[in-house]
Amino acid sequence: MKTFTKTKMLTDAPMHYCPGCTHGIVHRLVAESIEELGLQEKCIGIAPVGCAVFAYDYFNCDMQEAAHGRAPAVATGIKRCLPDRLVFVYQGDGDLASIGMAETVHAAARGENITIIFINNSIYGMTGGQMAPTTLIGQKATTCQKGRDPSVNGYPIRVCELLATLDAPYYIERVATHDVKHVLAAKRAIKKALQFQAEGRGYSFVEVLVSCPTNWHMAPVDALRFMGEECTKTFPLGVYRDKSEGKI
Amino acid sequence: MIRILLAGQGGQGVLSAGKFLAESGMREGKEVSYLPAYGPEMRGGTANCSVVIAEEPIASPLCVEPDVLIALNSPSFHKFAPRVKSGGIIIVNGSLSDCYAGREDVQVIDLPANDLALEAGDVRAANMAALGVLCAMTGVVRDKSIVNCLQEKFCAKPRVLECNQKAFEAGIGFVNKK
Amino acid sequence: MAKILLHGTEAICEGAIRNGCRAFFGYPITPQNEVPEYMSVKMPQVGGVFVQAESEVAAINMVYGAAGAGIRAMTSSSSPGVSLKQEGISYIACARIPCVIVNIMRAGPGLGGILPAQGDYFQATKGGGHGDYRLIVLSPSSAQEACDFTYRAFDLADRYRVPVMLLADGMIGQLMEPVELPPMRDLRDIPEKDWATSGHYGKDRRVLNSLLIDPEVLEPHVNALKRTYDEIAANECVAESMLTEDAEIVLTAYGTVARICKSAVQALRKQGVKAGWVRPVTLFPFPAETYAKVAAQKSVKVFLDVELSLGQMVEDVRLSVNGRKPVRFYGRTGGNITDEREIVQEALQALASVKEEQ
Repeated sequence: MKTFTKTKMLTDAPMHYCPGCTHGIVHRLVAESIEELGLQEKCIGIAPVGCAVFAYDYFNCDMQEAAHGRAPAVATGIKRCLPDRLVFVYQGDGDLASIGMAETVHAAARGENITIIFINNSIYGMTGGQMAPTTLIGQKATTCQKGRDPSVNGYPIRVCELLATLDAPYYIERVATHDVKHVLAAKRAIKKALQFQAEGRGYSFVEVLVSCPTNWHMAPVDALRFMGEECTKTFPLGVYRDKSEGKI
Repeated sequence: MIRILLAGQGGQGVLSAGKFLAESGMREGKEVSYLPAYGPEMRGGTANCSVVIAEEPIASPLCVEPDVLIALNSPSFHKFAPRVKSGGIIIVNGSLSDCYAGREDVQVIDLPANDLALEAGDVRAANMAALGVLCAMTGVVRDKSIVNCLQEKFCAKPRVLECNQKAFEAGIGFVNKK
Repeated sequence: MAKILLHGTEAICEGAIRNGCRAFFGYPITPQNEVPEYMSVKMPQVGGVFVQAESEVAAINMVYGAAGAGIRAMTSSSSPGVSLKQEGISYIACARIPCVIVNIMRAGPGLGGILPAQGDYFQATKGGGHGDYRLIVLSPSSAQEACDFTYRAFDLADRYRVPVMLLADGMIGQLMEPVELPPMRDLRDIPEKDWATSGHYGKDRRVLNSLLIDPEVLEPHVNALKRTYDEIAANECVAESMLTEDAEIVLTAYGTVARICKSAVQALRKQGVKAGWVRPVTLFPFPAETYAKVAAQKSVKVFLDVELSLGQMVEDVRLSVNGRKPVRFYGRTGGNITDEREIVQEALQALASVKEEQ
């Protein structure tokens, strides 16, 4: 009989994420993928600043906690010195696309052989719902209380599309977590990204759309629906780069 | 201890002459320091460096009052001549400058450095003619030490080596003729 | 081993490489560009890593990653660039990651100028970034010391698990002097780092972190840092002195300015003025006892602190002298260098002023 077992790549520490948040799902997808690839013994993860700041308590491998936005630089330092290890970075949208945009773009441009898992929930969650670089037009946040107005706040940044203008990245995909089908697709993308790194192919990047019921002020199911119906309009799902399939 | 200030226009080889001097002193087992003036001065304008050669450990690497000034052009001659220590020596490139220091307590050597360098094959070797004079007058380092450094530096460029060595020897000859 | 003529910057690089530095991350800024340039050539030759980072901020965080993974790592910059690195240095200090940071100081504040200065003493010795932490700060005054101190910096960093700063002024960067290079350290001699995140799993896993959100955890952590700093202060103070036995006036300075002061002392002695000289080699820990002892001497009437700043180290000198004797200050800024003639004049004035007061 098939029984469900939790991946050993996650610790038993209870997660601090809010009810209905899909961060926990993505943690599990990353952890399962590493275990399935058999790379848990040579794995180093980088935790961001933001909702996933405590990720170092959850992944059952060596972890470094980076300063806000600096995770790709930290990962570069590790991976260049220890090229046979699996180095993954877990970052949210404020960390990756705002304060850490320079590190994000340059690690990608250098083609660092690392894997970046980018959590896009279009809001600053940990600090209490401020506008993010990925906040949708019209979406409310504590620093744009009437909704994001392009004439004041500019437009959301599409990171996959932006990175796909660079020559070096090997694999770039955007996935979502609003239903089982998409969660399974997200798992395939994450595993593929890690696999590419293990094969030494170069920079791999997976953007995962995640819901934030707390700061979107929605019930968890409504938040999932919003992700599937609204977020994916601004952030279309799909493969933006896959050199293994000749997609450049 | 001898403090030598080398000055001139960028491109005249002031800094490389200073390095040859310091390198030669070091190989003779002496204490040496070499301090270039850097920054905007590096580009086009005046270049200068301070070389100190001593038997004892060197405290300050500055040449506030140099014992010897090598001035390869007119602006650097007039800028630094007043700073030379009383009783000191000024070797001035007479090909590009007048030789009036406005003081009687220093020895001014009017060296046609460009002419000697041209005779040696390349005007860019004027710096070496000045080093020849310095060595002949002060014995701060042995001629052979400078020649050895030149041979190592230009081993792949025999023509450059020949010009520099000839110019250096012309500088020595200039002093000995007097 | 025969001496070779090296720039101060090259001497720094050689000191690092010869003591096992195998990762360098830097960003261009004058007057220290010779360091990344030299490292870009040398690092690959010794099987090390060189990355020109996209920013000073990225460079220090690459050091965080590499040194956190157990590699001896270094970055270098000059004043404005070191300001940018402060966030990273604070994280490194809290996460207790040993590494070496080189600051070839230029004139400030702001973009300032590119000529030598010593205006970053406060930043280097009092923490620099946010929070309660210190760096070990070493101050070279010659190309040989630039090499030797960088070499030593890596051992100190590992022994105490703290970042170490080599605080040099622009003159050290440009100065060429004979250097006797230490032999290449066998990497196998470097003690194992049982905390390094180099890839461990499950119960063996390691975490490097500067987030200690529970005050009951953070306070003991910073108290432990304090104990380390106290231990460093007890073990690692280094100062040099000269001719203090009968001195009436004691000149004190650090870095290349200390050498110029030494020449000034020699000039004063020639004039019959009883001058002495104290030079701190470690700026943190500050060699307070050396100053206290000299200050206690009957002969000493006054100290003259000389810096290329508006007066920063002078505060530590005054704390160390602790009111026993007057401490005068003379400084130049803007990239101007003081010389022995100026210092002799200042010393004579200082001595005359205290004699008048008596």
